[in-house]
Amino acid sequence: MIMSDFVSGFWNIYVFGITLVSILGCGVFLWLQGTAKHVEGQTTGHVWDETLEEYSNPLPNWWRWLFYLTILFSLFYLAMYPGLGSFEGQYKWSSTGQYDKEVQKADSQYGPIYQKFLKQDVPVVAASGEAKEMGQRLFVTYCAQCHGSDAGGVKGFPNLTDKDWLYGGTPEKIKESITNGRNAMMPAKGVKPDLSADEIKDLANYVRSLSGLAADSIRTQRGKELFAVACAACHGPEGKGNEGVAPNLADKVWLYGSSEATIIETTTNGRVNRMPAFGEFLGEAKVHLLAAYVYGLGGGVVPAAPVATMEAPAAAAAPAGAQ
Amino acid sequence: MLTHDKIERNVGLLIVLTVLTVSVGGLLEIVPLFFQKSTTTPANELVKPYDPLQLSGRDIYIREGCYNCHSQMIRPFRAETERYGHYSVAGEFVYDHPFQWGSKRTGPDLARVGGRYSDQWHHTHLLNPRDVVPESNMPAYDWLERPLKTGDIEAKMKALRVVGVPYTDEEIAGAAKSIEGKTELDAMIAYLQNLGTAIKQVR
Repeated sequence: MIMSDFVSGFWNIYVFGITLVSILGCGVFLWLQGTAKHVEGQTTGHVWDETLEEYSNPLPNWWRWLFYLTILFSLFYLAMYPGLGSFEGQYKWSSTGQYDKEVQKADSQYGPIYQKFLKQDVPVVAASGEAKEMGQRLFVTYCAQCHGSDAGGVKGFPNLTDKDWLYGGTPEKIKESITNGRNAMMPAKGVKPDLSADEIKDLANYVRSLSGLAADSIRTQRGKELFAVACAACHGPEGKGNEGVAPNLADKVWLYGSSEATIIETTTNGRVNRMPAFGEFLGEAKVHLLAAYVYGLGGGVVPAAPVATMEAPAAAAAPAGAQ
Repeated sequence: MLTHDKIERNVGLLIVLTVLTVSVGGLLEIVPLFFQKSTTTPANELVKPYDPLQLSGRDIYIREGCYNCHSQMIRPFRAETERYGHYSVAGEFVYDHPFQWGSKRTGPDLARVGGRYSDQWHHTHLLNPRDVVPESNMPAYDWLERPLKTGDIEAKMKALRVVGVPYTDEEIAGAAKSIEGKTELDAMIAYLQNLGTAIKQVR
């Protein structure tokens, strides 16, 4: 690999030459120093500040030999490790080779643990204390930046601990969300681009009334009619949402906020949101553990066709007390 | 024999020998890097010169001193690749003048931050990091939501072309127009979302 990296063979000779000549030069220089005779009381002939003189003594032997040892070490090093141009050294060491070994060792150590959980269904994994600890570490590393270290979410980034799911809370849906990511797009003004500012205010009041928030009754009445035209196609005739398409507007969970001003902002400008895909980066085993962790946070939805172990999901679905 | 007496009494000789000694390291460790394929050619066909918006973002990154806390270099250690993705390779930085490898990580490494978060996340996070990461001690850059200056983009691209970034005349001519009406925040996000996307870690 290193062999072909230089643009021409010259650079190999160049590195080889300068390295060896400079090491050799140091050796010769040291040897020359060693030939100097120690003459008691001989000075360099310099005189400073009237009486200050400097002895002209050769290097002490112990010091000279230390230098010789460093030369020996450098020659050994260059024989064993890459350093002399394209010569890769007797040990065939490379930083990527060392990395591959490190990864291989970790894989053989941790791989079986991941594989063990990968073979189990998500609800079963979610009930395991060991998996939960692993899942939490993974979550804090890869997910907490958006969803929060307690998975409670913030404005624009969903809470994962409740039972409200935008794309579904079954193990399959959670895994799908992590693996492929999600893209959400609410068009500005829904499907009625000619909504006026006043009509949007009516709509906002109606939307607030759906979840029992204070709203102007006349505006709510007008908003209801507008909702059927502009919003119902995605959010449903009663605003109860449509999993994977549009959120439920009739519950107490708000991704961007429930104030009239925020709802007006959402309606006027639309919303674009995205969860990046993590499947390629994390790999199947980690996604599985993360899905189990998220599933076990309290909102996991038991799969429609339950698998053999019925007790595990119930245990996993218990509220995550620590959060 | 070449004694220090002779060297010290002859300034010309002292200069020559000093320069020779000092230059060995640079001649061996720096010069050959300009003649290695892995350091001078793009790592793959996905490594492309920054577009005008990304380039403007990069300059804001430098202006705000992001490199003081964020590195852009994933070392080949498992602990790093697990968290950040595939280790960095030299060929990813051929169009960086200068590269932003950095040497200090108060914040996380950003070499592969591209695509890791949504644009919306970066938007919120740059204006006030605590809005998305309550534990964060990164400063808020709340002044970034202001118009991007477009006046010098062509000069910048021409300068980069001199040092080897293959911008075409058309690209340079259309540069100012392509970033018109953008904010500094837009430019930063465009820059960050492109970082490290040429190489993916696939398991």
